[in-house]
Amino acid sequence: MYSYTDFDEAFVRERVSQFRHQVERRISGALTEDEFKPLRLMNGLYLQLHAYMLRVAVPYGTLNPAQMRQLAYIAERWDKGYGHFTTRQNIQFNWPKLKDVPDILDALADVQMHAIQTSGNTIRNVTADHFAGAAADEIEDPRPVAELLRQWSTDHPEFQFLPRKFKIAVTGSPNDRAVTKAHDVGLRMVRDASGEPGYEVIVGGGLGRTPMVGKVIRDFLPKADLLPYIEAVVSVWNLLGRRDNKYKSRIKITVHENGLEKIRDLVEERFNALRPEFGGVDQTLLKEIEAQFTPPAFVSKPTDAYEAARASNAAFRSWTDTNLAAHKADGYAIVSISIKKHGATPGDATADQMRVMADLAESYGHSELRISHEQNVILPHVHKSDLPAVYAALRDADLATANIGLVSDIIACPGMDYCALATARSIPIAQEIATRFDELKLEHDIGPLKIKISGCINACGHHHVGHIGILGLDRAGVENYQITLGGDGTEDAAIGTRTGPGFPAEEIIPAIERLVLGYLDLRSSPEETFLETYRRLGMEPFKAILYPPEDKANAA
Amino acid sequence: MSVIITDQGFQTEDWTGSFTPVTDLPANAASVEVAIDLPSDFDPLKLADRLEEIDFIRVDFPSFSDGRGFTIARQLRLMGFGGRLRARGHLISDQYAMARRAGFDEVEISDEQAARQPEADWLRRANWQAHDYQSRLRARG
Ligand code: SF4
Repeated sequence: MYSYTDFDEAFVRERVSQFRHQVERRISGALTEDEFKPLRLMNGLYLQLHAYMLRVAVPYGTLNPAQMRQLAYIAERWDKGYGHFTTRQNIQFNWPKLKDVPDILDALADVQMHAIQTSGNTIRNVTADHFAGAAADEIEDPRPVAELLRQWSTDHPEFQFLPRKFKIAVTGSPNDRAVTKAHDVGLRMVRDASGEPGYEVIVGGGLGRTPMVGKVIRDFLPKADLLPYIEAVVSVWNLLGRRDNKYKSRIKITVHENGLEKIRDLVEERFNALRPEFGGVDQTLLKEIEAQFTPPAFVSKPTDAYEAARASNAAFRSWTDTNLAAHKADGYAIVSISIKKHGATPGDATADQMRVMADLAESYGHSELRISHEQNVILPHVHKSDLPAVYAALRDADLATANIGLVSDIIACPGMDYCALATARSIPIAQEIATRFDELKLEHDIGPLKIKISGCINACGHHHVGHIGILGLDRAGVENYQITLGGDGTEDAAIGTRTGPGFPAEEIIPAIERLVLGYLDLRSSPEETFLETYRRLGMEPFKAILYPPEDKANAA
Repeated sequence: MSVIITDQGFQTEDWTGSFTPVTDLPANAASVEVAIDLPSDFDPLKLADRLEEIDFIRVDFPSFSDGRGFTIARQLRLMGFGGRLRARGHLISDQYAMARRAGFDEVEISDEQAARQPEADWLRRANWQAHDYQSRLRARG
């Protein structure tokens, strides 16, 4: 894992002191609220419906146990005892007081963390595959490059007042777990004909009101050219991106309005000018960063205890069936800890739960934790023989829900419960769906299914890429939920299609239930997933299930 | 009136010539001292073959949230502009380091802004060469 250099350490301390001063100047009136706003946003402080919210960066989703414990401490000392993991691998505290924020930032700096550029019109926290460094299908660990991008984008003088936010995701695997095609820039590690690793550069993806799947702007970018190329992209957009209408300012619209060809030509021209500026210095730094991401010392020991526990304990077996992923090292597994207990707020963890996870990472997980964009916590390196102990500890902390990738593993944005922009609730809908399917006891039979819920068209819940997407709107003062089907956030990215008229709040849970039970009848075999069935049959049969003719008869 | 800000703090204007809007740049300006004003929506590439003739460029910041001027400055420097480069308009002291790092020599603000944002706030950011990630990543620039 990356550990701060003296430079990084001095930088975050200086930044906290600058922010402390900015807060004082806001209070004295030296800064207007308008002027203070971007400054607090670029330090992670956001104004929500009821209070300030502090969004703390978990760069590329990687945490060590000391950091997780510090998050628990912050939750208890300055917030209400819990934190919320987000879809961009950050953690949010919903109730900090403005005057406490500089102290919270100092407490973060104590464990080499910060909240820099987690909000505002800046380059945001770079996200990466949450299985990085552990996945069996990986070409290369994407985190060193994500760290390089973090350093390059931090306080970048050109890019602190961009037309809008700018999000970068990077994956080192052909299986895209970082949703790279829904980012302003997505980087997918590939190899060229000679076997050299480089990137496919994807530009202009994004969800929000105008969802777009990103387009390939460069098939193969040699690794060493990454910074000048990305700087060229952002720089071209900074001048060209629209500043007259914030709904048209993201790079996806710039690409759409100017055409990919024109953007590509401008980027190449700028890239050629910028390339000599770096002169390989960044690559030397990258080497130093890479040295900090050496894999842990994996051990080789028998897994009999694991097999025995699986054979004797059905609950454990079910948990291992859903919550484990293949690890590159023999005898190891990647453990996903579900922060989606049925009926609870997706992504919320208490301080005690954070400490349990930190302890487990220390005892059994080579001291590593990850936050996934699906709002779960991951122990990337656990030997299978330790799994029974890990499971027992998780169960005691109410963290052993066996639902990763299943119908109740729902992504939901904060919605009406916290967000000033919301047009409908989303957390309660997620809770009710999860509770209902738990009652039906069909979750495991249904298999992989991603439901994603947003509380307004800004789409923070990524509903466009949910196999089932739910969008909460306001229709004449009444909540109304639209359903989309067939969205996909992986390497086969697709935007979901609307089924038809939306449903009022009291009908949305039964509608989702009809849809999912209907799929069980439609699937060709138990192996065919919801998404596969939808792709095979198309919208019609699902529409027929959602809008049965009797309804029309009743309505008439 | 306005205040000029450099690493040494508040200064008074020392440029005695006038500023010409870029649209009025004379066809052949090589013989006189030339200072031009660039709006923030100007594409600096249009000046590619004129930079030699220009002594002073002042880039407008209509609002502190309009960050185009930083890219314009950077691009002018990349294109080889070696003259005086000034950011002018609604900037806040927190942007001083960005302006200097992007290639500006100085910042110009109005007297009203200067009254609200005293010299000490700007001097706080005169250490713009410290804590600069870019300087660790680049051979030059
Ligand atoms: S989707 Fe809308 S309601 Fe949900 S968090 Fe984003 S802005 Fe708020």
